[in-house]
Amino acid sequence: MNNSKTEQNNGLAKRLIPCLDVKNGRVVKGINFVDLVDAGDPVEIAAAYAETGADELVYLDITASVEKRSAMLEIVARTAEKVFIPLTVGGGIEKLSDISDLLKAGADKVSINTSAVENPELIRKASLEFGAQCIITAIDAKRTSPGKWEVYTYGGRKGTGMDVVEWAKKTTMLGSGEILLTSMDKDGTQSGFDTELTAAVSGAVGVPVIASGGAGKLSHLKDVLDKGRADAILAASIFHFGKFSIPETKKYLLKNGIPIRV
Amino acid sequence: MVLVSQKMEIMPSITVIDYGLGNTKSVGKALELSGAKVTVSSRIKEIESADGIVLPGVGAFQKGINNLKKAKLLKTIKSQIVSGKPCLGICLGLQMLFTESEEHGSSPGMDIIKGRVKLFRNNLKIPHMGWNRVKFQNAAAGVPEMFREIDNNSYFYFVHSYYVSPEDSFLAASTTNYGNEFTSSIVKDNLWAVQFHPEKSGENGLKIMKNFADKCGKKQ
Repeated sequence: MNNSKTEQNNGLAKRLIPCLDVKNGRVVKGINFVDLVDAGDPVEIAAAYAETGADELVYLDITASVEKRSAMLEIVARTAEKVFIPLTVGGGIEKLSDISDLLKAGADKVSINTSAVENPELIRKASLEFGAQCIITAIDAKRTSPGKWEVYTYGGRKGTGMDVVEWAKKTTMLGSGEILLTSMDKDGTQSGFDTELTAAVSGAVGVPVIASGGAGKLSHLKDVLDKGRADAILAASIFHFGKFSIPETKKYLLKNGIPIRV
Repeated sequence: MVLVSQKMEIMPSITVIDYGLGNTKSVGKALELSGAKVTVSSRIKEIESADGIVLPGVGAFQKGINNLKKAKLLKTIKSQIVSGKPCLGICLGLQMLFTESEEHGSSPGMDIIKGRVKLFRNNLKIPHMGWNRVKFQNAAAGVPEMFREIDNNSYFYFVHSYYVSPEDSFLAASTTNYGNEFTSSIVKDNLWAVQFHPEKSGENGLKIMKNFADKCGKKQ
């Protein structure tokens, strides 16, 4: 593994990406996908995050019913007028027109989870139509045995029997330009990322991998970027509830040898 | 927006060329914040009458060129650049200015700048996605107007799998390292073009937009 060698010859920074769960136009955060706490206006929070140095932002639409779509489009449009860092939107995306609506409203990328598994053609077609760079496949992974993880869909409710590493490879072959990888075992526990899972997926695909689930302290972030070979981190609680600020997190990572934009 | 109407006579007009690729919304908004009157359009009239034009874009080279062809814009864009009008190319809007791209074997570009668009060939991940440093080049002649009030080695946001390689290396206003050192921006008289996305690069990106709007506002 000549990871350290290539990093010396590469100025690309690792990314910190706050994720805002959005329901009925308001930001909430699901703890283990169940408890929800209201925490404010997404656009205001997004602008505040951008100002303090977030590298990208993700909105996850957890309402995602048809009649609520327009609420998200309106939030995306308002964000695009105020926030000048990349914005990804996920949640309930089922067809090409959902993607083009979000991109037209001002999103830069979309994240697709259940629909990618049930209709892999969507990834292929979307990648051809809009470019691989804006098509993220989100994978919810649950550990089944040492070194093995199963893909779950429907917000972690349904097992698919599919192997996570194999699915990650397949979806990038179909044209996905990035993987958002969430460890269901770690999500909400604040006990650290599943670095083994992240390293397994990151080593198997040629596209960037965003690690998610388990951030509790700063050393967890360092570990998943370093040992886990993640290209970016998605986090919610540790930033939302003021446990750590973005500048303080970045300072820590930089001090510990992780390339970071400050 | 009272200020806008009061300042109307000195506001530069900028047309962001809409050919179906790229985040025209963010580009337009960033330019508006920089004091420009922005039109997002694919109409030749609105391109020709503007003080400056922006060619945005992200995605596949061939599709970009084909879309411009379909919209009958190739000739217009070329003649506008030759006429000396300020022009800003972004990402694919930089790449399409070149002679040809390796994408899909070989695809011809607009040939306004001699050189090729090449695929990254190293063991790093593709796309090159995220924030990377922009190092000023050929700065002996002074840092270009494009980078006014921006520090050398600042971070900008990139999303691309191919990079440009101009025959005349002096056209490179900056380079960036992703396995190899590549040209991340060019300046050729009135033509500015960047591989990164100023509309997604926070404060530094907005400064580039402001510098471009200011250039468009000056009497040519």
